[in-house]
Amino acid sequence: MERVPVLKIGDILLVSIQIDMEDQVALQLQEDLADRIVTTGCHGVIIDISALDIVDSFVGRTLATIASVSRVLDAETVVVGMRPAVAITLVELGLSLPGIRTALNVELGIEMLALSRPHLDVEFDDDEDEADSAAVLAP
Amino acid sequence: MSEESRQVPVASDQDVVRVRQLVRTVSVEAKLSLVDQTKLVTAASELARNTLVYGGGGYVEVSRVRNEIRAGIRIVFADQGPGIVDLDLALTDGYTTGGGLGLGLSGARRLVDEFVIETAPGEGTTITVTKWCR
Repeated sequence: MERVPVLKIGDILLVSIQIDMEDQVALQLQEDLADRIVTTGCHGVIIDISALDIVDSFVGRTLATIASVSRVLDAETVVVGMRPAVAITLVELGLSLPGIRTALNVELGIEMLALSRPHLDVEFDDDEDEADSAAVLAP
Repeated sequence: MSEESRQVPVASDQDVVRVRQLVRTVSVEAKLSLVDQTKLVTAASELARNTLVYGGGGYVEVSRVRNEIRAGIRIVFADQGPGIVDLDLALTDGYTTGGGLGLGLSGARRLVDEFVIETAPGEGTTITVTKWCR
């Protein structure tokens, strides 16, 4: 069975779904992510679905479950990159994904997580912070 | 009428993926719009999963069809499972006997142009859906 890789970048776990998942693969991803949240202590999860040309009710439900489980484990989930045709189809299917935060792309997803968790270390503007504290200590 | 048809057995998760791939291929060949391709593949995914989970497996047949004015795609989902006892209830949003969201059947119906269901307790279920090119 194929497996969807989970990457750790700073305080964020990044999942990019690149395959047409069998139902079992989606369930495995749900378990893998929960494990990784606990072992890494990450507080943010980004799921990139820009490569998916459909999201059916099973995948939709899996995404919702991942978001709920992450929240219980003190992590925020953002689903990013949904294609327009997928959004139209999902809503018509009757799934509006309540409780799932979405962003248009990975970059905006990272921004969203950074805003909801000011302490989140995404290793972007660390230098600036250090410069600030150095300036305070200098005199 | 039917120009050609292709059949896929549905006996596992992998077969549901194969059904999606076949429907996608035929949708592209038939030049459905991107949104209509997405709707049809999504509907096929829901119904093929039902064939597997509720019907105990069966087969899916995909064909290109044509009426006086338009071309389209017709897909048949057939199983020899227990059948559906209360069809109205089964077609209600949110009703499920399988622990899902209860959107498969009702949602799939909204995503296609024609939806015909033949079922009786103990007699299996056959669902035929059609999507016409615009």
